[in-house]
Amino acid sequence: MARNISQSRRWGFTILAWGAALVIFFPILWTILTSFKTEADAIASPPKFLFFDWTVENYAEVQSRSPYFRHFMNSVIISVGSTLLGLVLAIPAAWSMAFQPGRRTKDLLMWMLSTKMMPAAGVLIPMYLMFRSFGLLDSRLGITVVLMLINLPIIVWMLYTYFREIPSEILEAARMDGASLRNEILHVLTPMAVPGIASTLLLNVILAWNEAFWTLNLTTSKAAPLTTFIASYSSPEGLFYAKLSAASTMAIAPILILGWFSQKQLVRGLTFGAVK
Amino acid sequence: MATRHQKTLARLMVSPSVLLLLGWMIVPLAMTLWFSFQSYNLLSPGMEQFIGWTNYQYFLSDPAFWTAMRNTLLLVGGVLVITVGGGIALALLLDQPMFGQGVVRILVIAPFFIMPTVSALVWKNMFMNPVNGLFAWFAKAVGAQPIDFLAQYPLMSIILIVSWQWLPFATLILLTALQSLDSEQMEAAEMDGAGTLAKFTHLVLPHLSRAITVVILIETIFLLSVFAEILVTTNGGPGYQSTNLTYLVYSQALLQFDVGGASAGGIIAVILANIVAIFLMRMIGKTLE
Amino acid sequence: MGSITLEQVCKSFGEVEVIPGVDLQIEDGEFVVFVGPSGCGKSTLLRLIAGLEDVTSGRIVIDGQDVTVAPPSRRKLAMVFQSYALYPHMSVRKNIAFPLKMAGLSADEQERRVQHAAGILNLTDYLDRRPGQLSGGQRQRVAIGRAIVREPSAFLFDEPLSNLDAALRVNMRVEISELHKKLATTMIYVTHDQVEAMTMADKIVVLRAGRIEQVGSPLELYRRPANRFVAGFIGSPNMNFLEGEAAARLGAHAIGVRPEHFRLSMSEGAFAGRVGVAEHLGSDTFLHVDLDDGTHVVARAEGEFPASHGDRIHLTPQDGRLYRFDQNGSAL
Repeated sequence: MARNISQSRRWGFTILAWGAALVIFFPILWTILTSFKTEADAIASPPKFLFFDWTVENYAEVQSRSPYFRHFMNSVIISVGSTLLGLVLAIPAAWSMAFQPGRRTKDLLMWMLSTKMMPAAGVLIPMYLMFRSFGLLDSRLGITVVLMLINLPIIVWMLYTYFREIPSEILEAARMDGASLRNEILHVLTPMAVPGIASTLLLNVILAWNEAFWTLNLTTSKAAPLTTFIASYSSPEGLFYAKLSAASTMAIAPILILGWFSQKQLVRGLTFGAVK
Repeated sequence: MATRHQKTLARLMVSPSVLLLLGWMIVPLAMTLWFSFQSYNLLSPGMEQFIGWTNYQYFLSDPAFWTAMRNTLLLVGGVLVITVGGGIALALLLDQPMFGQGVVRILVIAPFFIMPTVSALVWKNMFMNPVNGLFAWFAKAVGAQPIDFLAQYPLMSIILIVSWQWLPFATLILLTALQSLDSEQMEAAEMDGAGTLAKFTHLVLPHLSRAITVVILIETIFLLSVFAEILVTTNGGPGYQSTNLTYLVYSQALLQFDVGGASAGGIIAVILANIVAIFLMRMIGKTLE
Repeated sequence: MGSITLEQVCKSFGEVEVIPGVDLQIEDGEFVVFVGPSGCGKSTLLRLIAGLEDVTSGRIVIDGQDVTVAPPSRRKLAMVFQSYALYPHMSVRKNIAFPLKMAGLSADEQERRVQHAAGILNLTDYLDRRPGQLSGGQRQRVAIGRAIVREPSAFLFDEPLSNLDAALRVNMRVEISELHKKLATTMIYVTHDQVEAMTMADKIVVLRAGRIEQVGSPLELYRRPANRFVAGFIGSPNMNFLEGEAAARLGAHAIGVRPEHFRLSMSEGAFAGRVGVAEHLGSDTFLHVDLDDGTHVVARAEGEFPASHGDRIHLTPQDGRLYRFDQNGSAL
């Protein structure tokens, strides 16, 4: 669409949009700024925006006061682990549903999705009791499996929508070219599916990283990921704004970066293909 | 469209996922249902017994339940109004020609990636705190009395925090839908003499209606289960003023150890979610055709 | 070698019988074209031969071997798909070499054969490109290249030219025909375009609703169509059919005359009518004529025929070029 837009209109929209964007982004910006302040500067009145003594000691102190790094690693292990586990299960399922659809494939997909709609409150108690009796409370294994299960429908769905875009003629061509099923998957399907698998992985790592119902209820300390750890700041420690900000910044930074990469796929993944 | 051999294989490849999800859905749900008819308190183990609908009667006659229901609906409704309304406005704005569109987009999306406990704590301490929060400073700067948001307006404050997290989601999806609007259609409308408002009501809004529905349904599913934001800000209080159904079930079970009563609440939450889910599933089902 | 025999091959999808039972013999080295309107089962028949679909009943024999239940890879056939089905993540070289790699050939042998095929198909300069960087015609050639390197016993083409523009289609048609002459390998070619069928085939198989209507060389079908369907399908523009009195006089339910088999006159003839549209192409003139009994016919005159809209014209079928059909459409 080639249209002539007056320069002043463009500037108007630019100012308006940047203004709105900065308001929305401000809490994050403020958190990041505060993480570099001393505790005194952090609660100074009037607030200090940029002209304060920049310091990184909060970051060091967060780690020295708490096993921050362990919780960080728990988050990594739980979110990546649950996603990989989910992919291992979902790739074959999505593959067969996309390329060998049966009469019930659609129902099956819808049913899988319906499990995602189940409110956590409805199954919290039995899960908690089962975890308790199996000794899985506060274990990385337990929470990883639960997060895998709650995200499995999304993983299957996302992969399904990506796989469905691969023309089946290409797989037939591979079959005609003498490829065994193994070779078909290895040399033709996988390379074509990698972008879709990668975005699925990315989105689900994000979702698992930020999951804050099961992690809060099923982990306490040893296996606690950052969601649970940060929640512990709601007690008096939260009044140390600079340290809270440093811990928060470290908790959100990796996912913020991943998220910005995956924003295109985000829409498809979160709406189950209903909006592309 | 395949050979028999492949069909068998296909079934084999789907079944692990299906069986796991089936187990995940049925086993705990059946247990919740079972518990909901039991008198079962974790503090007095071994005293479980079948008590029929008593838990439901108790739960439904408890004023806390109705407060929680009201709060759940207010929370979902309030966040929906703010995010959908704001989302449409922001999407329309971001769709306009401007400098640095990519960066603006990134800034607007960012809150969606913030973990709920972080955003709740940041808002609670650094903005809404009546002594050191930015809002308090702002109030003092204009000569007003600082407001203790979480004590005075707990539910509204939580709605604000949750809206901040979900506004990017609505914006992103509506923007995507907006960008798929056929520009020739818009030009045709211009040729037909449609003004900006007419174009918005007759072309843009109908085009967005599907995306808006999707946003409403998906947000509802997630908003019915808001938990972390309440846990770290108000703990449901003061009183039950900011307790929603999910939080009530949690506190009933893990703070008061009343498994039976909490289970009845859980089943009610499931029924509530299912009503929304049916509509959402219909919408998504259509895309499979 | 590449002789293919179908014996009572049936295919149903669930309740729907797509191919009710087909017998067909294809000789080694033949260029066979399956032609018919869309939905006639020609592509399904090809996919059954390829092994991409299971037959419901019947037998498929390739070079004396029963391959009815063999997977596609064991049938030594190569296929060119309508969408070309090139592997988008591989270079042209890797695309062409893929079947060789699957067959476990040495890298040297792969390269030798790829170079040979690329030479035949004028692809030598494009070997390192990705399919996305090629034009439609080049992609088509890569797909053919991928098929020929395997030296299959037969080639299967599934509407390979339907995604090309008209000019390119004519070129590729000639190239595929030349390729057949060069390789002398059996080719089975599916198309809905009767011009492709007429120009390329040694043997045409006309299909309708999963049944074979007629098998024969292009000119046999042109000269002696077995029924009204084949008569109407083969030849361009289509054969004209006249029913009612004109047909009854000749003891038939319907008679058919091809546009090119009318003698035209401004003064006298068997049928009279008025010219609706006259298309003057220089080499030919096509006249759309509304006969007095209301039938619409098309007549072709060679060269420039001086007739225009509204003119009265008389048409007479040439001797021995008139076809008679009974109630069921069979030729009399």
